[in-house]
Amino acid sequence: MVRYIIRRCIWAAALFIVVTMIGFVLFYLIPADPAKFACGRACDEAQVQKVAHYLGTDRPLYVQYGRFLGRLVPFSFSGGPHFKAPNLGHSFVNRQPVTSIVGAAAPVTASLVFGGMILWMMIALPIGILSAIRPRSLLDRFSMTGVLIGISAHPVWLGLIASYLIGYRLGWTPIAGYANFFHPLYAQPGGPVQWAYHLILPWITFAILFAAVYVRMIRANVLETMNEDYVRTARAKGAPEARVMRAHILRNALLPVVTMLGMDVGLALGGAVFTESVYSLNGLGYQTIQSLNNYDSPTVLGILVFATTAIIVLNLVVDLLYAWIDPRIRLT
Amino acid sequence: MPLLEVKDLKTYFATGDGVVKAVDGVSFSIEKGQTLGIVGESGSGKSVTCLTIMGLNPKRRTTSTGEALFNGEDLLKASPSRLREIRGNDIAMIFQDPMTSLNPVHTVGTQLVEAVTLHRNVSRGQAKKRALELLKQVGIPRAERRIDDYPHQFSGGMRQRVMIAMALINDPDLLIADEPTTALDVTTQAQILTLIEKLQSDYDSAVIMITHDLGVIAEIADDVVVMYAAEVVEKSPVDRIFKKPHHPYTWGLMGSLPRLDADLERLTQIPGQPPSLLRPPAGCRFNPRCAYVMDVCRTKAPPLEPVRGDATHLQACHLDEETKDREAARLLHMFASGAA
Repeated sequence: MVRYIIRRCIWAAALFIVVTMIGFVLFYLIPADPAKFACGRACDEAQVQKVAHYLGTDRPLYVQYGRFLGRLVPFSFSGGPHFKAPNLGHSFVNRQPVTSIVGAAAPVTASLVFGGMILWMMIALPIGILSAIRPRSLLDRFSMTGVLIGISAHPVWLGLIASYLIGYRLGWTPIAGYANFFHPLYAQPGGPVQWAYHLILPWITFAILFAAVYVRMIRANVLETMNEDYVRTARAKGAPEARVMRAHILRNALLPVVTMLGMDVGLALGGAVFTESVYSLNGLGYQTIQSLNNYDSPTVLGILVFATTAIIVLNLVVDLLYAWIDPRIRLT
Repeated sequence: MPLLEVKDLKTYFATGDGVVKAVDGVSFSIEKGQTLGIVGESGSGKSVTCLTIMGLNPKRRTTSTGEALFNGEDLLKASPSRLREIRGNDIAMIFQDPMTSLNPVHTVGTQLVEAVTLHRNVSRGQAKKRALELLKQVGIPRAERRIDDYPHQFSGGMRQRVMIAMALINDPDLLIADEPTTALDVTTQAQILTLIEKLQSDYDSAVIMITHDLGVIAEIADDVVVMYAAEVVEKSPVDRIFKKPHHPYTWGLMGSLPRLDADLERLTQIPGQPPSLLRPPAGCRFNPRCAYVMDVCRTKAPPLEPVRGDATHLQACHLDEETKDREAARLLHMFASGAA
């Protein structure tokens, strides 16, 4: 088990290097000079040179990458070996530390993704199970049609429609915006209630696609598991249907769903971009797009580092969880 | 009163192609502590008969008629909750494939304990003690440690032992074993059969042994029911049927029985395939495969009647007594001479 985790961590480090390297090279290849952009329109060539030197973009790629890694490791040898806080550098655009930009955006995305995840499971579990219990019933046909619509509709379109109908026409929810769960900003709404109130529409928009996919997956898994011999054994023991469903069918049918959840967290982070744009939520996706438009490579790379780490950690957690709930899997 | 009396049991499944008559008018009975063997090819309705008795057929698109009187109570008319009380408590079942019959995500201990607590108002500790006792009785080595293992950590034979332990844990009056040895290798088969026999006498349970192997029947059954195409074709105490089988299908089954002591060139086989239960042949259902077929067989279904001079031996065949005597004698002689 410990060896497994160590090996996974080594793989994670390798993956991390590859991902950041690709990110760096891509930025290097873009035929635009971040120094020119940061300096502004009125700058002449000498001033741009100066800014480039200040930002470090005039150095070769490997030096830039080395500096980037050097900032990330939690110790330094310059001026005698000592520990330091790892940081992600500063934004090219506004000189803010990238760590604080990511720190501000991450809770927004986390709220959206995890809240959305809970919502989509709350939708998908009961509908998937009921459809499986009564295949070809009215509910089943209705939900399978809903699934098709959910998979086909784009979140941006869904978001705009929901925001217009529910937020604007009916006025039930805010049209856009975010409220901090803790420490609301000056003169802004905050607290758990406002937080949830502002996120209802984003959650729904975000969850519909995944809920649709998961309804179908859960339905298929439950249908398949219902025909297993051990389910018949459970009934032959005299177990009531509710117990058969819970202890024998669901326990097995949801094993693959756990794996899928782990993999879909990464996918969901990507999908969050659309929802965040529609509802002007200043999360990681929204921030990435803004930074890309400004050639702000430290911020983009910072978000990349954060997202990569989050996905690696979540996947590890899911794999450990999977080994815990499925006794047939041994981590070696 | 017999422990279980099945009268004119019919189980029909509605499918897209039409109605499959999986069990079509089956009757038999079994006394306390006795062993009844049900023998027949795959698809002859043996398993469905027992699943119907247990109420384990899928409810949708299934109709069952007739009676299955268990201690005088008709199981076909029992409510689902009453059936749940009976299942696993008064009637227990062992299935064919031990590899898939245990839930892979629960320890065998948990699954045994579940069987107890579903029917007995006892603590988990007591239930686990009972589970351990049963595991020892079915011959699981180091049962104290194995009880917390998962099914995938057991071999096929050991899993079937666990299944037997689970079936007997509530001391049932009737144990239905649906081909319990089919999926196991030969040496394990013999062990499992011996185990079932031993536990049967310890617990004084009646056993319905479903099999396609007449050898198994010869070894442990008191009575035999031979099924073909959803119907009973022959029914008798075990010694009679082996002394003088009356139905050409039974002859076929016996001829295809491999014997180590008989030096036969090759096994005889029954030509053709079992008929479709959607559209069974008219007359005797065995007629397309029967070597002794007569005109009457194609038009008139033979009734299940006692053979001459023996009310306990029933058979359904139009053949005259002389032909049957001659063919049965020839079959037995073939075995005897082969051994010489």
